[in-house]
Amino acid sequence: MAELEVVEPTSVAYRWYWTLPDYARIARMWVRASMAHPLSFAILTLSSLLMTGLDFVGIWLIFHSVDSLGGFRLREIALLYAASGIGLGVADLLIGSVEMLGQHIRAGTLDVMLLRPMPLLTQVCADRFAPRRIGRITQAVAVFGWGAWGVAWTPGKVLLAAGMLVGSAVLFFALFVGFSCIQFWTQDGAEFANAFTYGGNTVTQFPLSIYPRELVRSLTFALPIAFVSWYPGLVLLDRTDPFGMPEWFGWLTLPVGICCLFVALGLWRLGVRRYTSTGS
Amino acid sequence: MPSIPMSTEPQICARDMSRTFQKRKKKLGPLRRRYQEVRAVSEVSFEIARGEMVGYLGPNGAGKSTTIKMMTGILVPTSGSISVAGLDPSRSRTTLARKLGVVFGQRTSLWWDLPLADSFSLLQRIYRVEPARHRANLAEFVELLDLGDLLNVPVRQLSLGQRMRGDIVAALLHDPEILFLDEPTIGLDIVSKSALRDFLRRLNAERSTTLVLTTHDLGDVEALCERVMVIDRGGLVFDGSVADLHARGGGERVIVVDLVAAQAPLEFPGARVVRVEGHRQWLAIDSNESTAPVISALVSKAQIADLKVQEPDIEDVIRALYAATER
Repeated sequence: MAELEVVEPTSVAYRWYWTLPDYARIARMWVRASMAHPLSFAILTLSSLLMTGLDFVGIWLIFHSVDSLGGFRLREIALLYAASGIGLGVADLLIGSVEMLGQHIRAGTLDVMLLRPMPLLTQVCADRFAPRRIGRITQAVAVFGWGAWGVAWTPGKVLLAAGMLVGSAVLFFALFVGFSCIQFWTQDGAEFANAFTYGGNTVTQFPLSIYPRELVRSLTFALPIAFVSWYPGLVLLDRTDPFGMPEWFGWLTLPVGICCLFVALGLWRLGVRRYTSTGS
Repeated sequence: MPSIPMSTEPQICARDMSRTFQKRKKKLGPLRRRYQEVRAVSEVSFEIARGEMVGYLGPNGAGKSTTIKMMTGILVPTSGSISVAGLDPSRSRTTLARKLGVVFGQRTSLWWDLPLADSFSLLQRIYRVEPARHRANLAEFVELLDLGDLLNVPVRQLSLGQRMRGDIVAALLHDPEILFLDEPTIGLDIVSKSALRDFLRRLNAERSTTLVLTTHDLGDVEALCERVMVIDRGGLVFDGSVADLHARGGGERVIVVDLVAAQAPLEFPGARVVRVEGHRQWLAIDSNESTAPVISALVSKAQIADLKVQEPDIEDVIRALYAATER
């Protein structure tokens, strides 16, 4: 009797659909592992909350000497700041571990992951899932709540805000993955990647009107983090862009994020191919 | 009825498989660099049938790991071809992963901070092993490898031998057709070594799992494998039985005898004294000869306090093999 081979569908969509439960399982186990030491978990989460909290206090202190920054008041800046912070926080929580790619390559754990029947990216992202990163999100959500108080909400704006938050998370997803791919080529690329992920967050925390036109252009068309909070934020705050970009740019956060994600996944594939064709 | 090729086709088949690496040699400027091509594996061909136990030997840096990486799909061959279980490893890496078990002696595939039991149940999900099958396998392996008391211990707290056993269970839970072991006994004490060898022999006999192990411990190979492949400087220099290896390599076994009193060098047919140091003498015996007649002759001729047989070192065998092929 010939053995019946179970042929598994290997389409990309199928693999990604099945990869989410796998991701959840690995993540859940890391949560359990970190909860094994509840005190240390509490301290880490709290310190993450305080650190990011101080971050906003820094901006608040600036407003002690000036009334507005780039034409924006503190409450308005809070909205921009928090939209970017939520996006970065969610991406960092879910896939921040991708930054450790270089370590996996050096320690040989990447080889072990390559030998499991599961997408490599899922494994790298879920590895060492750290629930303490919720601290950053908590802070950002609180600031967002305060900032949102000043917005004249309409149904359209609620929809836009939802698209902005999801889109900025997707965009930071893409930045994390895309820039981590550098580590396939040079394993010390983590710092370089940080300049764009955390650095990008720092830039978009402020109204972009304080920056020169050329920088804002490149943040729109080259590394599109202006879509994280700036363009949708302008719409929420009923303002027009001082650099003359149309209002509908505010609706592009999610589409731009998805485009960047595809680019990042492409880079990842390229990186994996480079890894398996050159050796570590 | 068309014939079924599955059983006759080799499970692993390498044809002129080569792998070169680019090594950075010299900086010529800020961007220009000179590269040197290093051949890690050079035109290696072999076939391995289902259920074989093959030892893959070679000194460090000979190309063992590179070959294993190509067989498992982690590395693409530069030229030539490789097929494993009917698949191209690098193209169908994740599909092939379900059919392979891989144990690296020097690194673990378990989750460092998690208890063994958690790692095992996670692997069940990742490999989608049926729960009943998983329970049966786990019970059997845990029993055979004596891991029962360690299931709740985080991996980082395990000793090397315990971790190795854990890794082997992890590699076998999904009933792989082929098990690759990279230096599985490195750093293990004699008791753990022999327990591990017994286990692997049993696995092969009961489940006809194909075993490919790289090692530089000739003891592993002699205890487990009928077939040996020797790689040196990227090339396959030997592929045959262990007995043939000794015959071809011409390695010598050495009997170390501690005599009750110092004595002139002992003389026997089939043995020659290579070294004398007070009460102790070293007798070399051709490795295809049996040691038994020499030992019985020894006992009848001299008063012996102690005696031990040293197997030829793999490095020596390979060196001898080289000398033989160059002649």
